[in-house]
Amino acid sequence: MEALYDVPVIGLLIQFVVYIVDQFPLVAPIILTAAVPIVLGALCGFMNERTGVVNIGIEGMMLVAAFAAWWAASLAAQAIPIRSGPLGITPALLIGLAAGIGAACLTSLLHAWLSISLRADQIISGTIINLFAFGITGYLNILVSQRAPPSGGQFGQLSLPGAITDLPVVGILIKSFITVGPIALAMLISVIVLQYLLYRSRWGLRTRAVGEHPRAAETVGVDPIRLRYRNVILGGIFAGLAGAYLTIEFGDAFQSGMTNGRGFIALAALIFGRWTPVGSFLGALLFTASVGLERSIRIAPPPGDLGEILTAIPGQFYGALPYLITIIVLAGVVGRSIPPAADGRPYERESKAA
Amino acid sequence: MTIEPASKAPSPPPLLEMRGITKRFPGVVACEDISLDLRAGEIHALLGENGAGKTTLMNVLYGLATPNEGEILLDGQPIEIESPHDAIDRGISMVHQHFMLIPVLSVADNILLGDEPMRRAGLLDRARAAEAIRELGSSFGWEIDPDRPVGQLSVGWQQRIEILKAIYRNAKILVLDEPTAVLTPQETREIFDVLRRLKAEGYAIIFISHKLYEVLEIADRITVIRRGRVVGSRRPGETNEDELAEMMVGREVQLTVPRGESHPAEPMLEVRDLAVRDDRGREVVHGMSFEVRAGEIFGIAGVGGNGQDELVGAITGLRHPHAGTVSLAGQDVTGAEPRRLHRLGVGFVPGDRQRFGLVMSFPIADNLVLNDYYHPPYSRGMALNQDAVRVDAEAAIEKYDVRTPSAAAVAETLSGGNQQKVIVAREFEGDLKLLVLDQPTRGLDVGSIEFIHRQAIARRDTGVAILLVSAELDEVLELSDRIAVMYRGRIVEVLDGRTADKEDVGLLMATGGRGSGIQEQVVEVGS
Amino acid sequence: MIERLRAVALVPAVSVLLALLVGAVIMILTSPMVTGAFSLTLPLEAYAAMLSGAFGSLNAVVNTLVNATPLVLAGLAVGIGFKGGLFNIGAQGQFLIGALTGIAVALALNDAPPVVAIPAALIGGMIGGAIYGFIPGALKAFTGAHEVVVTIMLNFVALSIISWAISGPLIGENVTFARTNDIEAAALPILIGRNGHLGILLAAVAVPIASWVLYRSTTGFEIRTTGANPEAARYAGMRPRGVIVLTMSLCGLFAGLAGITEVMGEVGFMTASYSTGVGFDAIAVALLGRAHPVGILFAALLFGAMQAGAGAMQIQAGLPVQMIDVLQAVILLFITADIIVRRLFRIRAAAGEIVELASVSRSYGGDRVA
Repeated sequence: MEALYDVPVIGLLIQFVVYIVDQFPLVAPIILTAAVPIVLGALCGFMNERTGVVNIGIEGMMLVAAFAAWWAASLAAQAIPIRSGPLGITPALLIGLAAGIGAACLTSLLHAWLSISLRADQIISGTIINLFAFGITGYLNILVSQRAPPSGGQFGQLSLPGAITDLPVVGILIKSFITVGPIALAMLISVIVLQYLLYRSRWGLRTRAVGEHPRAAETVGVDPIRLRYRNVILGGIFAGLAGAYLTIEFGDAFQSGMTNGRGFIALAALIFGRWTPVGSFLGALLFTASVGLERSIRIAPPPGDLGEILTAIPGQFYGALPYLITIIVLAGVVGRSIPPAADGRPYERESKAA
Repeated sequence: MTIEPASKAPSPPPLLEMRGITKRFPGVVACEDISLDLRAGEIHALLGENGAGKTTLMNVLYGLATPNEGEILLDGQPIEIESPHDAIDRGISMVHQHFMLIPVLSVADNILLGDEPMRRAGLLDRARAAEAIRELGSSFGWEIDPDRPVGQLSVGWQQRIEILKAIYRNAKILVLDEPTAVLTPQETREIFDVLRRLKAEGYAIIFISHKLYEVLEIADRITVIRRGRVVGSRRPGETNEDELAEMMVGREVQLTVPRGESHPAEPMLEVRDLAVRDDRGREVVHGMSFEVRAGEIFGIAGVGGNGQDELVGAITGLRHPHAGTVSLAGQDVTGAEPRRLHRLGVGFVPGDRQRFGLVMSFPIADNLVLNDYYHPPYSRGMALNQDAVRVDAEAAIEKYDVRTPSAAAVAETLSGGNQQKVIVAREFEGDLKLLVLDQPTRGLDVGSIEFIHRQAIARRDTGVAILLVSAELDEVLELSDRIAVMYRGRIVEVLDGRTADKEDVGLLMATGGRGSGIQEQVVEVGS
Repeated sequence: MIERLRAVALVPAVSVLLALLVGAVIMILTSPMVTGAFSLTLPLEAYAAMLSGAFGSLNAVVNTLVNATPLVLAGLAVGIGFKGGLFNIGAQGQFLIGALTGIAVALALNDAPPVVAIPAALIGGMIGGAIYGFIPGALKAFTGAHEVVVTIMLNFVALSIISWAISGPLIGENVTFARTNDIEAAALPILIGRNGHLGILLAAVAVPIASWVLYRSTTGFEIRTTGANPEAARYAGMRPRGVIVLTMSLCGLFAGLAGITEVMGEVGFMTASYSTGVGFDAIAVALLGRAHPVGILFAALLFGAMQAGAGAMQIQAGLPVQMIDVLQAVILLFITADIIVRRLFRIRAAAGEIVELASVSRSYGGDRVA
């Protein structure tokens, strides 16, 4: 195999592929954990857009959820000092989780009200949410941090006996996908459940109908306004999980603006995945693969020519990679990825019109 | 002709009664004190122009609008209908003018939406659904594939699905809003057979239309509505088209504009072996060839979806044909940009005026210079000359009788007819060689239709070549000196406008000249 | 004239007042964390401090103008986009890249006479910004990629580019952390007060120029038509794709000018972690100003005042400056939900009043440009 490496361009490519395969076991957990908030953000977007509401405020929703979860957990941990539990679940963390979800759902309610009832431009509505979230979390963070509050803790990971995780190929997958924290597990379950429900349940059918042709749905007795409200608010749950993940599972502290564009990468994952949960999941993995790549190259660069090339590329490039991939995906895929037909168009009910 | 059987027994109350319905919107009264009744086993037609209030009245019945005054009685009992859900529960079903079907969903999904058969836990019972739909279809003698996406069906079949949708919900009352607007004469006849059958089974049917001749043919009773009020009710045997037309419009109406003699000269537009693809890359115009001469109106008749949009796009510079040529006065303009065509003397009135013809949020004056803003007198270099724009706009408004307070009023404030007049004022002026008119009078009131038809004939008489594309067969027959029937991207025949027979043309539109009437169940649109 | 002014300016003005009210409520609710106890007068102190910081002295007023300058230019960058039917969230990235290319030119000309260096650096900034606006414009025009997500991504990419450039090629001599040298020849002269630099004039001049372009030129007519109805634009012979690319490049030009002006006038150098919130504030400015150049001017002055006063507010009332961000967002909220404002104050829309903001909410793509 090594002999092949000397063939000019192809040799490098082969070397690259071998390197990736080699690194995969080390990097896979990183890729998945980085993907969790993105997938959850995409699920929030999914709930919104499938019924026809454009939501670019996912970033803001995640941010308020992150802050709320952290702060609530911190306060609760001071009040209820239980420090351990199964999977690391403590009452304080549960309270934090609830706070995060609650904050995101409230924000979703605002977005729903602006977009659905007031029929405001949905992108503006999303932008306002982002601006507001940034401001209010920054403001509160400074005030709260003055007292250096203790961390509320962190969810732990599901652990399985070594016999299972040491299995050949399957073991790595299990290690990456199952021995994770509760929110990550919730994400996996949600992806599967939502995918199933989209095409097999009454909710899924009505959601798709309203997203494509709300007037047609209204004329058969389905209320597009109520359905959209419900879906947008439910979508907040996933944004809440995403934000909470950042501050009570993946990490345990809050920083201003810590979502760093994940909410938008989530949107790209959603578009890439053709507005389906499973597709979004795969899309998110694609984006976070670059995070894994960057880690690998930094810690264990490949030998020889390939290694020289890869380490010569400035670190900032790898930092920019997820964003660049997002752009490429949008430019290349979006033309062929068709959104729900009524996406982004406010709906005016005819019934009970004044 | 219906002869009322002599009967001594008191008749039961009508199945449905609408009494004194008044519905106001800001600035306009859509329905004023309208009363109507309907019996089981009858077809009651509502006849009126576009905008007369028929659809609003039916929206009230269907729960899509709340009346300001009046009441609705079902079997003699007053009822409240607050939403389509209520209406459906009470056995009222509506087939809308613009189909309320969701193209990406299957036939089954569309029919069952809102009333889905379920298994436990909120999951759909697809098997039971498919079964029910197949049965329903076969009771009409139709073979339905429940899993087919509705978007792939032909218009005639989509309408049948809409009717199945209504029947599936155990309706007693069926409301059909302009059901024949998009059908060929043959398909219209088929639908009429279906309606007569439903009538015999005891359904009560309200048939909304603006087409006099059809209403006379199918209805048991006709109620004419004009500007929101009931003008009168007749039985078909007691009246004729002239009386109905006069009731509809309020004055004596010339049903057709005199076309006069045309004096065609040299060919102005020549299309040779034109092949055009649609947005999905499929060829929908196959090797079309025809010519339009100066001083004649050449009408293309065809059911929507047979490539007309793409043909017009190729001629007006919005699409690139992938084979064939288009020439204007001998000059090759294949694939030329719209601006070049304008400069060479081509005007076009697009099919969707709000989408392609006007910028609704711009003032009328700006809309009038959309084609010419970039050269004198409207601009010098990069600078616009607002005064010149305004002066010419005022003149155009005057000349074309556009009803508006000022040239600065925004296009959105105009009525449909006046909006179209603005487009006509823009496109019919100047040194024209060719005018392309695409559905020029869709959705307009009779007065505007008359106006535009007169303008077209006047322009023809000044030597302009006019290409008319319309789904409204009557319009094509009325205006065209020569008629071409377009079927699946080809011209199947060219007829003389003076002698063309409506039935023949309709048959050609539906079958492409290949004989029997019924189209196959699933027609891949444009294939 | 008064009627027209009233119709256009009343809702924004009332929105601002309502937002200040909401801000006051938030301040009161969080006052325990600020001052240690509930304080009903905290808002008064805060707003008073803000006012004095913004208008209380010549230096304060100059500060307001200086803060407003990049907001005017970047606000125009967003507003022109709106008129063209585009939501340019990328003003932030275009601002940064313009600053970068401008400073590169400025540093290269550090020994040249100012009369050469200044215009050259400004032009360098405008070109850099225009290029960074061209990219999303071209992507939108030719692939349908929605400019919102693309420009947000480019904003992040811009940070990486700056970090790399200033740690690398542009790094200064004898520096202890990653930053460039000081700008010398190209520094904008101070015209008034302690820091009122030439950029203020540039911003003032940019407003009538933008106005002329949008409303009195054929290019502006094309931009507005494409923004209002790209399909009708196509039918009329315009080329929507070209117009979109032009519009985004023009936006980038203004944002790049904002960036280099800020660096040349205020800061004097750039660091590898240089960042600013101007790009996002510009969105609020453009929305508040209803995308009209004059409206943007006033909105920028308002926000500039708030920013100038923020420092005083923090020092005198102890309130974190982020409160400004919150106030801005709430102002926008009321503008968007203007129906609330109207209902509360029974402001009726003038007959035929059309909202000037073209709706930018088309979906993400598949929307092929006509």
